[in-house]
Amino acid sequence: MSIWEYANPVKFMKTTDKILPWTVGVAAITLIVGLVWGYFFVPAAENFGGSVKVIYVHVPAAMMAINIWVMMVVTSLIWLIRRHHVSALAAKAAAPIGAVMTLIALITGAVWGQPMWGTWWEWDPRLTSFLILFLFYLGYIALWAAVENPDTAADLTGVLSLVGGVFAVLSRYAANFWNQGLHQGATLSMDSEQHIADVYWFPLLLCMAGFIFFFLALVLIRTRTEVRARRLGAIQQRERMA
Amino acid sequence: MIALLMRDLRLAVRAGGGFGLGLAFFLIVVTLVPFGVGPEGKILARIAPGILWVGALLACLLSLDRIFALDYEDGSLDLLVTAPVPLEGVVSIKALAHWITTGLPLVVAAPVFGILLHLPQGAHVWMVISLLLGTPALSVLGTFGAALTVGLKRGGLLLSLLVLPFYVPTLIFGAELVRRGAEGMNTETPLLMLAGITAATVALVPFASAAAIRVNLR
Repeated sequence: MSIWEYANPVKFMKTTDKILPWTVGVAAITLIVGLVWGYFFVPAAENFGGSVKVIYVHVPAAMMAINIWVMMVVTSLIWLIRRHHVSALAAKAAAPIGAVMTLIALITGAVWGQPMWGTWWEWDPRLTSFLILFLFYLGYIALWAAVENPDTAADLTGVLSLVGGVFAVLSRYAANFWNQGLHQGATLSMDSEQHIADVYWFPLLLCMAGFIFFFLALVLIRTRTEVRARRLGAIQQRERMA
Repeated sequence: MIALLMRDLRLAVRAGGGFGLGLAFFLIVVTLVPFGVGPEGKILARIAPGILWVGALLACLLSLDRIFALDYEDGSLDLLVTAPVPLEGVVSIKALAHWITTGLPLVVAAPVFGILLHLPQGAHVWMVISLLLGTPALSVLGTFGAALTVGLKRGGLLLSLLVLPFYVPTLIFGAELVRRGAEGMNTETPLLMLAGITAATVALVPFASAAAIRVNLR
């Protein structure tokens, strides 16, 4: 009994079939409770007014945007090393979600920046590096779409995600050097001085959990679709041969 | 490997291999920018480092798809993969040939184009240094993009989408180096960072490119 058993597509489908409804349920509950709490039961903050509420979408989306790429790197590595197809398909399934999360973070950031900074867009390191991350996601998705042979595509995108990850981090620090930021520093660092007040922290925590489960549910659904599409393709091919 | 280098150089120079093409493209970019932003010398001098760097980057991009595509079509890439020379070495040599035919002419021509754009006097040296240090990284990263798209029929646009984000750090430090040089500020940090990026990419990226080629030829 090892973790790699779940890389077996049959086992994967069977397990996720059981897990999926729970994931969707938890995601729905945490997201609804977190967002309703954050939007209607939290006092308006000093200096920020009502605009503080954008944090409940912006921060979780930004967090997911980065972590989804990390997840893609890990699953790509598993594919490259151990050749488990489900792993490659999971990376493929996660990429569009990551791109959308990046876009959400950028757009909510712009909506927040307009009243607060007086500008929709500023070439701030964080904003810039997210734009670059978005480009990396686009390139990754485009490469999957362009290569016909699925195994070749999985290999190439796997290598791309590894190298791209390094360069995304590098761009982040290069951009840091290039322009001093307008964006505030880390709000959620664990040292108590910088940390935001508990009133805002608890609903935010719930929203972050909600986004994680939401992503998990989406990625499972999409991976299952990919597995089924793979099976369908195999069946069609067999019929053509017969 | 030297034979391979000479072969690639000869192919690039002869038979419309696009040797001067990158340079001509660079010139066009430099000519077009004043039309776009107006002929005032002050504005041009301010944006000159950025324009020259972006122009160099695009000129480099223009010729990337030739690195492997032609060899892939006529089958010589298969021979190179099965040759006793390690594929990583082949990739490095190809990157070197690409740099000599596109990067080096840009480095040489940059001061002339700098005059066209009213680049401040003191910045010319930094322009040449930054391009000399930065363009090898562009070529090597280009081989990675070219290797990923070598099997595709219409890889050109995809290649740009894949490669350009990789150029961001090089561009940032390269342009920053010239800007600081022009204003007489301390140039040590961007200089070292640019050199570091180039050294790291030259050392490591050929492995990724070679892996991508092996996958594509499987």
